[in-house]
Amino acid sequence: MPIAVEVQDLHFKYPDGHGALFGVSLRIETGERVALVGPNGAGKSTLMLHLNGILQGEGAVRVAGRALGNGNLGQVRATVGLVFQDPDDQLFSPTVYEDVAFGPLHMGLALDEVRQRSQAALKAVGMEAYGPRVSHHLSVGEKKRIAIATVLSMDAQILVLDEPTAGLDPRARRGIINLLRGLPQTILASTHDLILVRELFPRMVIMDQGRVVADGPTTRFLADQALLEAHGLELP
Amino acid sequence: MLHIDLADQYRRGSSRVHRLDPRVKLAGAVLFIVVASALPAGAWGAYGLLFAATLVVAALTGLGAGFALKRSFVALPFALAAISLPFTVAGRPLAQFGPLVVSVEGTVRFASILIKSWLSVQMAIVMTFTTAFPDLLWGLRALRLPPALVAIVSFMYRYLFVLADEALRLMRARASRSGAGAPGRRAGGSLWWRGKVAGGMVGNLTLRAFERSERIHASMTARGFQGEIRMLATPVLTDRDWNALVGWVTFLAMTALIGFVF
Repeated sequence: MPIAVEVQDLHFKYPDGHGALFGVSLRIETGERVALVGPNGAGKSTLMLHLNGILQGEGAVRVAGRALGNGNLGQVRATVGLVFQDPDDQLFSPTVYEDVAFGPLHMGLALDEVRQRSQAALKAVGMEAYGPRVSHHLSVGEKKRIAIATVLSMDAQILVLDEPTAGLDPRARRGIINLLRGLPQTILASTHDLILVRELFPRMVIMDQGRVVADGPTTRFLADQALLEAHGLELP
Repeated sequence: MLHIDLADQYRRGSSRVHRLDPRVKLAGAVLFIVVASALPAGAWGAYGLLFAATLVVAALTGLGAGFALKRSFVALPFALAAISLPFTVAGRPLAQFGPLVVSVEGTVRFASILIKSWLSVQMAIVMTFTTAFPDLLWGLRALRLPPALVAIVSFMYRYLFVLADEALRLMRARASRSGAGAPGRRAGGSLWWRGKVAGGMVGNLTLRAFERSERIHASMTARGFQGEIRMLATPVLTDRDWNALVGWVTFLAMTALIGFVF
């Protein structure tokens, strides 16, 4: 099986000259679950936006064995499901169903398949009954689930989640954790929720100031008070 | 939850009007408005027919015949744009206020404009109250309105709520920090101060909206959007839809005939 994600010496500066990534390298095997942690402004979201070519910095990014380039962005985007932190950014259509169908529809699939995939994705996140609803009237937890469904419907093999549990109440958070636990995909999730990391992610990558400063087993890092404190992390 | 429930007009229902295809309702309402505005001034008989039609349709919706009637008065202030007509149109004098002469012809034209706009608004109200907004958008797309235009309306509908919620939070934050200093002093500073704060809020909201639009675009791109907005399937019109449409067009054509001939 090809390596899911391979990033080599990635550098990126925002157009205003402000640097965000300074030589990031990362390798994720197929089926792995990796948590990306670190303080705000460490470059976690910027790195995630590189994994499907929304941002393109200097360095090599390979996804499922393919080097990212302008020729294959379509395929890469069907492989990498990027879920944004704010579900209001992810859910932009008038109804839930249209949002879940957006990905497959714009992949150019036949309408029957679009419908089938959308229904399957809504079912996978336990939101079958929400198709005709208007996203504005849903709770944050419901919106987060549907945001995940919008990339499941694209049959993404690699899920890249930006803060999947941020802003959720304990019950909604538990729901998302259970949902993620049952998914077979390769997952890379950025988060500040170290309990979530302990439960779901055997491997932890710590970023700080645009660099990967530690990459290894979660159990070891969570026991290393000095390391956690050095990068503004805190075990509750 | 911090929510502003902006006027979402749609009222749930299962009446015959609710169940009509959105395309039929849109086309029907637009045709009605076209006929109403094209009718000549003083075609009272035709106006009566159109009014009867609005009452019948409103009754069919199950919302009650007076439902649209009560809400239609919002349009009256706009008709004031025509208030100068009775004075400016030359014709037989009806009354005189000092140097101003009210003519019969001008008054007829003014009254006609008033009635026509009021009828049109009633029909538009019935349509928006019986068609869910997403269906309405879908209908517009299906009737071949430019996709970019429909997308703009669609995004506006989706993010108006989000933006209004943000505005509400800003207002609350301002109110929370607008304490009164000493007893007898008014809370929240001078008019100038409040103006400055409000100006800052508008700027803040504009920036946030701008940044959000970039994130939304990224999220669309991430799901394969390449500039062309695609649409889900178009269901076929049923016999009931066709019957309603044909009946409605026939009625409107007859009304127009009556208005122009008699």
